[in-house]
Amino acid sequence: MPSQPSEHEVRVLSRRFGLPNSASIDTYLANDGYRALEKALKEMTPDSILEELKVSNLRGRGGAGFPTGMKWSFVPRQSPKPKYIVCNADESEPGTCKDRLLMEYDPHQLIEGILIAGIVVGSHQGYIYVRGEYRYLIDILDRALEEAYARGYLGKNILGSGFDFDLYTHTGAGAYECGEESALLESLEGKRGIPRIRPPFPAVAGLYASPTVLNNVETFSSVPPIIVNGGKWYAELGTPRNGGTRLFVLSGHVKRPGVYELPMGTPLRKLIYDVGGGIIGDKKLKAVIPGGSSTPVLTADAIDTPLDFDSVAKAGSMLGSGAVIVMHEDTCIVRAALRIMQFYAHESCGWCIPCREGTNWLKKTLTRFHSGGGREEDIGLIEDLAKNMLGRTFCPLGDAAAMPTIAFVQKFRNEFEMHLAGQPCPFEKHGQLVGA
Amino acid sequence: MQFSTQLEEKFHRLAQHYPVKRSALVPMLLFAQDEYGFLSKEIIAEISRRMDLTVLDVEGTISYYSMLRTKPAGRFHLQICTNISCMLRGGDKLFDHAKTKLGIGNGEVTPDGLFSLEEVECIGACAWAPAIQVNYDFHHELTPERLDQLIDEIQRVSRV
Repeated sequence: MPSQPSEHEVRVLSRRFGLPNSASIDTYLANDGYRALEKALKEMTPDSILEELKVSNLRGRGGAGFPTGMKWSFVPRQSPKPKYIVCNADESEPGTCKDRLLMEYDPHQLIEGILIAGIVVGSHQGYIYVRGEYRYLIDILDRALEEAYARGYLGKNILGSGFDFDLYTHTGAGAYECGEESALLESLEGKRGIPRIRPPFPAVAGLYASPTVLNNVETFSSVPPIIVNGGKWYAELGTPRNGGTRLFVLSGHVKRPGVYELPMGTPLRKLIYDVGGGIIGDKKLKAVIPGGSSTPVLTADAIDTPLDFDSVAKAGSMLGSGAVIVMHEDTCIVRAALRIMQFYAHESCGWCIPCREGTNWLKKTLTRFHSGGGREEDIGLIEDLAKNMLGRTFCPLGDAAAMPTIAFVQKFRNEFEMHLAGQPCPFEKHGQLVGA
Repeated sequence: MQFSTQLEEKFHRLAQHYPVKRSALVPMLLFAQDEYGFLSKEIIAEISRRMDLTVLDVEGTISYYSMLRTKPAGRFHLQICTNISCMLRGGDKLFDHAKTKLGIGNGEVTPDGLFSLEEVECIGACAWAPAIQVNYDFHHELTPERLDQLIDEIQRVSRV
């Protein structure tokens, strides 16, 4: 299933993809597997590991891009309570399907990254929270965990070091919201995935109100290569403050959609045209969502934006989960905005009123708009409603719904105007949005 | 109520994974549903009892999670993604096609109980869109023709 590799890729995390039995511990061990763990246990201290991570400029791959070394350093060293490592494998941001490959083809790399987090913060127990739809991955992960226990990489006295660590998989059961850290922790405690107010942050009071490190699959998977090759090596693969490579998910109207590992800072143009083979039907590019459905859309003239956290922020959006969704000239932006809002209205947990009400009102207004019943004042109303959701909710789901909506209205106002006054959607005649 | 040996074993293992009992609740519910097709009143009552929770508390948890259901689905539950990446590659056309082909709407079950249909949010197959899941199995880069073949094949195999 992984896409045909591209010659432009720099494969660090994905370098074992495609090897025979790449998920097995034997393949892993034959290809540098658990060398980072050995080094961390025998040659390094928690402080020196943290130092390498800080030098590496690794930033969280779940979406927020928070520096990983700094996040781990927030966990108090002394704690009367046990500490936990939680891996967020709830991959649900529309456009994103990279963690799936990391778990399917290289589960031991993830396990090793989690173990190193355990060494750094002094934790002895962890969970991999996998979205319910990814059931087959739980089987793959459980097999990998079994292998790791059998070979002494998990359990008591790992590699004779005196360090103990237990790791388990945990299944979700269908909820985008549980990809948000505090909702995930509620869900892992067996409850509805309702977000918690912060502070306190999970580093201080997370799972069972204990200090908790919570990172995305790709973030943990990036740690072993950093420990083996050094933080400096990793940092230099990327751009300043944006170390390393990441798995970009390219979807939508491109000739070769897929998951590609590229250095941070790779220009959007290179991803779409060189790696992705260009736009299907050689049509004109209209818009790109650069980091999953919650990130503001970019117009075609942002095509030279380097894909790292800071450059995409400068271009007015976010690199988020690295999910690049491409739309060509026949795409109806109002319809795209509506489909994304339908999603957020469906996924809003209802805890915070601005999100619960806002997403539903926006869905209704956009539905009316797309079906030709839009009024001129609705354009401003959509923008105003979305702006009033920003920053007014416990978790970022409200912002995730509002930000792309505001961008769609501001950058494609003309398309909203084309839907005014009972006119049918001008794009429907193109055979809807189908391009494949 | 006694569950199958397999499920009892799974529950037993789960119970050892967490320092707080309730953490096992959602996996237990999903694993029970996998075996019985849906969460009946009887199953919910039994799991509530074992977890020292009220039925209301467990039902409140169930209602949050979109994969947990309290009514039977078809033996083959077709989940068609129409979210943005799939929509751009024809996901909603695929969903419309499935409705016509099966003669049922969203959330409905065919009269023979073989199929049910659900329009779902992103299932994590965006680079291989449009994608669907039949129960837990992924099917990528589908066309209406390939969906027909898939449905016909399921029908053929399950008649034998």
